[in-house]
Amino acid sequence: MLGLVRCILGFSLIIFIANTATASDRKFNLGQIASSEEVAGWDIDVRPDGFGAPIGSGTAFSGEEIYAEVCAACHGDFGEGADRWPPLVGGEGSLASHDPEKTTTSYWPFASTIFDYIYRAMPYGEAQSLSYDETYEIVAYLLYMGDIIEEDFVLSDKNIGEIEMPNKDGFLLPDPRPDIMNTHGNPCMTNCQVSTNIIGKARDIDVTPEDE
Amino acid sequence: MKKNKKKELSTFKKINRRDLIIGASSIGAFSLAPKKLLSEEANPENLPPNLPEWTQYLGDGVDVNPYGMPSEFEGHVIRRNVEWLTASAESSVNFTPLQDLEGIVTPNGLCFERHHGGVSVINPQDFRLMINGLVDREMIFTLDDLKRFPQTNKFYFLECAANGGMEWRGSQLNGCQYTFGMVHNVQYTGVKLSDLLLETGLKEKAKWVLAEGSDSSGMTRSIPIEKILDDCIIAWAMNGEALRPEQGYPARLVVPGWEGNMWVKWIRRLEFGDKPYMTREETSKYTDLLTSGKARMFTWVMDAKSVITSPSPEKPILAKGLHQLRGLAWSGRGKIKRVDVSIDGGKNWKTAQLHSPVLSKSLTRFTLPFEWNGEELLLQSRAIDETNYVQPTISELQKIRGVNSIYHNNSIATWLVSKNGKVDNVRLG
Repeated sequence: MLGLVRCILGFSLIIFIANTATASDRKFNLGQIASSEEVAGWDIDVRPDGFGAPIGSGTAFSGEEIYAEVCAACHGDFGEGADRWPPLVGGEGSLASHDPEKTTTSYWPFASTIFDYIYRAMPYGEAQSLSYDETYEIVAYLLYMGDIIEEDFVLSDKNIGEIEMPNKDGFLLPDPRPDIMNTHGNPCMTNCQVSTNIIGKARDIDVTPEDE
Repeated sequence: MKKNKKKELSTFKKINRRDLIIGASSIGAFSLAPKKLLSEEANPENLPPNLPEWTQYLGDGVDVNPYGMPSEFEGHVIRRNVEWLTASAESSVNFTPLQDLEGIVTPNGLCFERHHGGVSVINPQDFRLMINGLVDREMIFTLDDLKRFPQTNKFYFLECAANGGMEWRGSQLNGCQYTFGMVHNVQYTGVKLSDLLLETGLKEKAKWVLAEGSDSSGMTRSIPIEKILDDCIIAWAMNGEALRPEQGYPARLVVPGWEGNMWVKWIRRLEFGDKPYMTREETSKYTDLLTSGKARMFTWVMDAKSVITSPSPEKPILAKGLHQLRGLAWSGRGKIKRVDVSIDGGKNWKTAQLHSPVLSKSLTRFTLPFEWNGEELLLQSRAIDETNYVQPTISELQKIRGVNSIYHNNSIATWLVSKNGKVDNVRLG
């Protein structure tokens, strides 16, 4: 009996010590510890290296149908866009031109980003309604239309971090700004040599909304 | 109704209209009707020596408007959008009417909106902020929990990186509101993340934070941990009252001096990791395409900028004589040190008066009195911040960045004041 009491006391003491240790780590002792189930439900992001990619897979072949069902109305049957909704594929070789076309396959540097974005935000107005497999299928279909993978390539959580996007080297880091620092706080104040010819007027472009 | 009017060819116009449009693959109908120049005439019956009605009779009692609204005569002071810019109003932007505001505080109802999946409606009881990843303890906080932490109250500007983005190739939108209005400035109340994170602890490997919204776009941005610990806030109030729904009610992230897209609204989660997450917003958007076809990435800070809010295309000069030129300046790198104003297109400059308070990463008000005698003017303002950075001209920016970068156009604008007092957004060269 005494042994049992000792045991309970001892156990309580351990719990007490454990609690004080936690409280001292937590400066304000506010908020709750998140359970792994709670975190799993909200932690939906996928990183370029595939970290966070949910278990699942899909091919472009199987993706054509779901794409036609939930994507094509806004983005066109072949990802060419519709009305003012953006095209999803095409634009290869256009980035250095006067009219760059920045699509998932011409511009986006990581396949993971396409998965992450479609799963979290698409279809527009019905976010997070696709299954993981459906999302892999749609991503595979886009990559296939962009000639990045074959039609029967099985895209999955195992290999999404290994897909090489055409524009993966198209981004510059770090930010070089301030990139204009030629006057160091003392710009010209009088008789400055500048052109004051008017070469354009917004009024002539004629796209400003008017109050009704 | 908007009507389609044939635009007349101008000798000034060297760029074709299609070239200027960004973010829109087709163009609707637009009107070139001149803006109304004169305010409505006064009613002589209300002027001396007569007695106006309001002097004789009782007005409304208290509580007629339990939440007060602006005067009915201020109905023109509203946010406005440019419909052709976006495909849907739920993923779109409107603009703050800077030309009608005074001082440095933007009224809550006039702060420009930018949504990617519409405005979420969240009962504060249902709000949860989750912190997970490389922390000692993965935790969840309620709004009441957040309000029990030490509090901070700070004024900061929030500017969309695409503010002025339509003006890279030429002067396109004829208004102060449409060319500079993706900025607002309010006082935030919230908890500093450096305090909040004392509760979760941080693993040594934690270098990046993914901030995630709970709206239907699941807005996400990666932020380096140095910035998070420096001055970022989880805010629940603006200008003394709860955040407005369109500004992220009940809580949003505040990232002082950095592009507005990172200030995640309706925030639900902060994940700590050892690498950036490369979300859609920081790869396919908010990257600055150069003429080489390569794009700058992670261009977070908003460089110094200023605008003359009056006179401006919406604020023509209505009479000869004395006027107070008014404007706003701001810098994501600190305080505004000086603002110069030119009335001759940048040949000669005069330093304007800065009005206190001059706060770091906040809008700063400047004024300059001037006499107008009916002559043509080319108005410009030029901000200099405490790092000695000088607001550049558009040609200086174009030389380095080309015309395809959309974001981070902080160049000097030119307002042409015509002899009739009308004001136009023009491009010099």
